[in-house]
Amino acid sequence: MASCPELARPLLEVTGLTKSFLRQRVLNGVNLTLHSGEIHALLGENGAGKSTLIKAVTGVVQRDAGTVKLDGIEIMPRDAEEAVKLGIATVYQEVNLLPNLTVAENLFLGRQPTRFGLVRDGEMRRNAVILLRGFGLAIDVGAPLGDYSVAVQHLVAIARAVDMSARVLILDEPTASLDAHEVDILFGIMRQLAARGIGILFVTHFLDQVYAISDGITVLRNGQLVGQRETAALPRLDLVHMMLGRELSEVTADREHRPIDESKPPYALFQHFGKRRYLAPFDLALRDGQVVALAGLLGSGRTETARMVFGVERADTGTVQVAGEKVRVGSPRDAVGLGFGYCPEERKTEGIIAELSVRENIVLALQARRGWMKPLSRREQDEIARHFITLLDIRPADPERPIGLLSGGNQQKALLARWLATKPRLLILDEPTRGIDVGAHAEIIRLIRQLCADGLALLVISSEIEEVVTYADEVIVLRDRAHVMTLSGDAITVPAVLATIAAETPHVA
Amino acid sequence: MIVKSFRLPRIGTPQILAFLTILMADRLVSPQFFDIRLQDGRLFGSLVDVFNRGAPVALLSLGMVLVIATRGIDLSVGAVMAIAGAIAASLVDGHSVPVALGAALGVGLLCGLWNGFLVAVLRIQPIVATLILMVAGRGIAQLITEGRIVTFSSPSLAWFGNGSVLGIPAPIAISLGMLLLTLLLVRGTALGVLIEAVGANARASELAGIGTQAITIAAYVWCGLCSAVAGVISAADILGADANNSGLWLELDAILAVVVGGTSLFGGRFSLILAVFGALIIQAMNTGILLSGYRPELNLVVKAVVVIAVLLLQSPRLAGFGYWFNSKGTT
Repeated sequence: MASCPELARPLLEVTGLTKSFLRQRVLNGVNLTLHSGEIHALLGENGAGKSTLIKAVTGVVQRDAGTVKLDGIEIMPRDAEEAVKLGIATVYQEVNLLPNLTVAENLFLGRQPTRFGLVRDGEMRRNAVILLRGFGLAIDVGAPLGDYSVAVQHLVAIARAVDMSARVLILDEPTASLDAHEVDILFGIMRQLAARGIGILFVTHFLDQVYAISDGITVLRNGQLVGQRETAALPRLDLVHMMLGRELSEVTADREHRPIDESKPPYALFQHFGKRRYLAPFDLALRDGQVVALAGLLGSGRTETARMVFGVERADTGTVQVAGEKVRVGSPRDAVGLGFGYCPEERKTEGIIAELSVRENIVLALQARRGWMKPLSRREQDEIARHFITLLDIRPADPERPIGLLSGGNQQKALLARWLATKPRLLILDEPTRGIDVGAHAEIIRLIRQLCADGLALLVISSEIEEVVTYADEVIVLRDRAHVMTLSGDAITVPAVLATIAAETPHVA
Repeated sequence: MIVKSFRLPRIGTPQILAFLTILMADRLVSPQFFDIRLQDGRLFGSLVDVFNRGAPVALLSLGMVLVIATRGIDLSVGAVMAIAGAIAASLVDGHSVPVALGAALGVGLLCGLWNGFLVAVLRIQPIVATLILMVAGRGIAQLITEGRIVTFSSPSLAWFGNGSVLGIPAPIAISLGMLLLTLLLVRGTALGVLIEAVGANARASELAGIGTQAITIAAYVWCGLCSAVAGVISAADILGADANNSGLWLELDAILAVVVGGTSLFGGRFSLILAVFGALIIQAMNTGILLSGYRPELNLVVKAVVVIAVLLLQSPRLAGFGYWFNSKGTT
């Protein structure tokens, strides 16, 4: 931060970087400069080329053209390991560590202190404790890494990267799965590292975070460099404009809250629905054309509610009525049969089937519902896939591409398409906008409103309270695995929701 | 799109090339390799032999490929062959052929159901679950035959080994029929893609409303049936059931055939036809070494070399021409 960008020689200098995959140019002459001690935000929509830029710099993919200079010397790492040796370490959104090894083993994997070829466990642990203390982490380094929260795992991954003599630290969406408090801790550490002279390149989708921490900003769009700016000199609206090239005011515009029409019977009614040691019994009414949002902190029971409604977890008390009839929801298969759909938060592990094509992923739930005996013909599949690819603007518009190769936002849209193809009556969306860039964000929210207007009942889980208040007809606030309060109509405001979440749990349950 | 038009020939190119290369090598060691004669209304010759001898493993690989696609494995196929052969041979001289055949195939289905139950319902790891029947099954077969080689005289049952359909030896015709039936069952319906989905990501498949348990059980059941058919053929071939040796170690050949056929042991995408090609590749090597007069022990080493060659051809890591052959479906 102390360095003056105009005078100092850049730590990392990328010039004219170009990369194509199968004739499709994903990076086109991109430049980027990162100075020692600078925190630099890399921004862009899905498919803008951020990931490819990182991969091309760290040698995960080989660049077609352009130069990468570290301290003025051109480098050409052949793989990520060589990049680390040169001093460029990367921490990805999905932590690439081994959850069943201990924290200490993860920190020193591949470079354990040894004596006569044997790992010196004691020394390794002592070193681990010292290393983590510098990151404000006082945890048991002998415990398996998987026992700790994603936030801690992230910090361990960063500690490992920095300890391997990193001079450039690349963080790919480090905050996507962290809550506000954890983000603060991470930012504190990023500032410390920058003060030590490390240059940090930081990919995120949260504009607040960009302004909270970054010194400089580089924006990519469709593989092209849009511009590199100093954060302090770039107003927010201009930044959004750089990223999207269009106004976003519509998304944040408030909307009138319609009162809940109690006279109309709900499509799905859950009464005293609960499971011991999982979620306290709750009542939930889901009505056609209305959005019920679940708000609360991580672990408060939001996802648990969704899983019970969809039959992933079986309730041990309570009843369910769908369209006025008493039914049983004992499995996701039951739920799908009742016209429910569920887009889970864990898109990669629970949503997409990575090696199958976009087309196969889109028709999957419909096919499952029809049963294996009644296959959709190839022509029907093509029609459905094409219809939703156009409707939801899934890119690239190639139904035969394995879905794992699409960006997060496009995977999310394909998952939505999977459920929309079944013509559901109730759709459950768990963090539909998490890990998705601003542009796709706006589209998903537009979609939520559109679906609601089309008469679908929606149950949405989101940590983005500002967004929730713009589309929810009812907000249920959860705390400590119980539904504690329902807000509806004009009572739905950001301060009201936040206050309810933050309120202390009364001692009398 | 250009990429699209390249797709079909790219899948399976390594297997077909390997098969042709081995046939050429066989021709080198045995000049009469491609000679085919018609005798008593049945085709004979070394090439016919490759298909005829390869039939049992080809049948096993038909079932095995479905099980492996669900991210499982079935070690019990050899033992199920022994059971089915033992039942068919012991029943046929007291009962009618349909009864003996029905009992053999029915037991094959039951064995598959048992494996499927252990894997899908009790959630035992497939390799352990099917190891149970691999060990116990051979014992059961020996109990049925009372430790002897049970011979039989029914010409109808013998037909499954020595008969022919329009000149084509019965084992080949039956295997071809089973291949078509299996293709119809998994590719003519949605079963194939559902199996691929379950194998590639069971959790996501469950959440998409797929009955993952039923799909998994179905794969093991079909595998049991295919094994029983193979067992009947190999018993018919020697006019008797040898519980000690029938199908012995063939589970390994079947797994090898599936892997050579490009299906990943991690489940997901699979190809029935290429699995059969895998079985034929293995048999073409066996036959070639027998014809060449080399010691049969050499077979195992040659097999290993060919397997490595085929796997290398499929490896996406292999730059240059390897890239070209890399079958797109398995990534």
